[in-house]
Amino acid sequence: MHPLDRTNASSRPEPVLAKAIPVGIAVAVYGLSYGVLAVAAGLSPAVAVLSSVIVLAGGSQFAFVGVLAAGGNPFAGAASGLLLNLRYLAFGLAIAPHLPRARLPRRLLDSYLVVDESVALAVATDDGDVARRFRLVGATVVPGWLGATALGAYGGALIGDPEVFGLDAAFPAGFLALLSPFLRTRQGRVAAIVGVTLALALTPVAPPGVPILAAGAGALVAMRLFPEPSGAGGSPDHAADTSSRDRADPPSTDDIGGRKSDDEVRR
Amino acid sequence: MTTTIVALVVLAIGTYTMKAVGPVLAGGRELPPWLARLTRLLPAALLAALVATQTVVDGTSLTLDARVVGVGVAAVAVALRAPFAVVVFLGAGVTAAVRALGWG
Repeated sequence: MHPLDRTNASSRPEPVLAKAIPVGIAVAVYGLSYGVLAVAAGLSPAVAVLSSVIVLAGGSQFAFVGVLAAGGNPFAGAASGLLLNLRYLAFGLAIAPHLPRARLPRRLLDSYLVVDESVALAVATDDGDVARRFRLVGATVVPGWLGATALGAYGGALIGDPEVFGLDAAFPAGFLALLSPFLRTRQGRVAAIVGVTLALALTPVAPPGVPILAAGAGALVAMRLFPEPSGAGGSPDHAADTSSRDRADPPSTDDIGGRKSDDEVRR
Repeated sequence: MTTTIVALVVLAIGTYTMKAVGPVLAGGRELPPWLARLTRLLPAALLAALVATQTVVDGTSLTLDARVVGVGVAAVAVALRAPFAVVVFLGAGVTAAVRALGWG
């Protein structure tokens, strides 16, 4: 970014609006898929919409209904979802310094707007009004996600037998798309392989849903095998290649809380 | 359905709590580096496990059926950087086609 641009930052048109459109479309498509699959997994359309309202975290919602669809215990699904959502701890902490001092109700509302897209787009560049970008994107993503879920859920309820349409395979296909950015680092690949091995090994002997939770240990193994000096935010070959990420999965980032690179500024 | 809703509420409360720690406590703290790494590696392990179990597991046994073909095609689509919806659509569509042809 040209040095002079910084001094004119406040007078430039808000570039996030240009990003908001593809993000909005991606979120809508993602939400539509979720609505259809949630109903295929056995949720009523109303509960499917409710889930999007109260959870507001696509990956974990998919995991939850995926575990249900496979016959797993809902609480095992919820636990898997919570593990997947641990990253929101980092996201909330990443946006917090940019939020102006405010009363509790406003802070509670801002907390609700913490999703992958709002935080990622807000902190991607260090200038301008980060809080405003965050709330703008959040205010776009939330209704988009809910509306799309409703469309998918009520439309999807019209589908008869999900297996005829191969909808049971839609889950692993979707998870594969969500997984792919995490396979860019060696640690991610190791975590994935160990996770798969654990889950498949435990399937014949554990109640449904539990193998997934046990697979989380793959992350611990990867951490053990790849110790990093404290303070490093990520591994070197994990360049913020976000342009491809936007296509294979709904916009998300796993560099939040780490260092910013020039690549992220360009995004 | 009640169990499902209760589980969803648990997921919702836990998730919102994690999102709110930053803005509400606003201590300006950062996650300790090891925890930050863990939150990035957990999705790798969990999502991979979900892919595997939802492709080859039937109840409590491992099996190969039409889903393997569908997910395989989806994997190619992912490698080719296809959009999310295309990947999901292909996974489902190919599986349905294989079933219609009589396998799995």
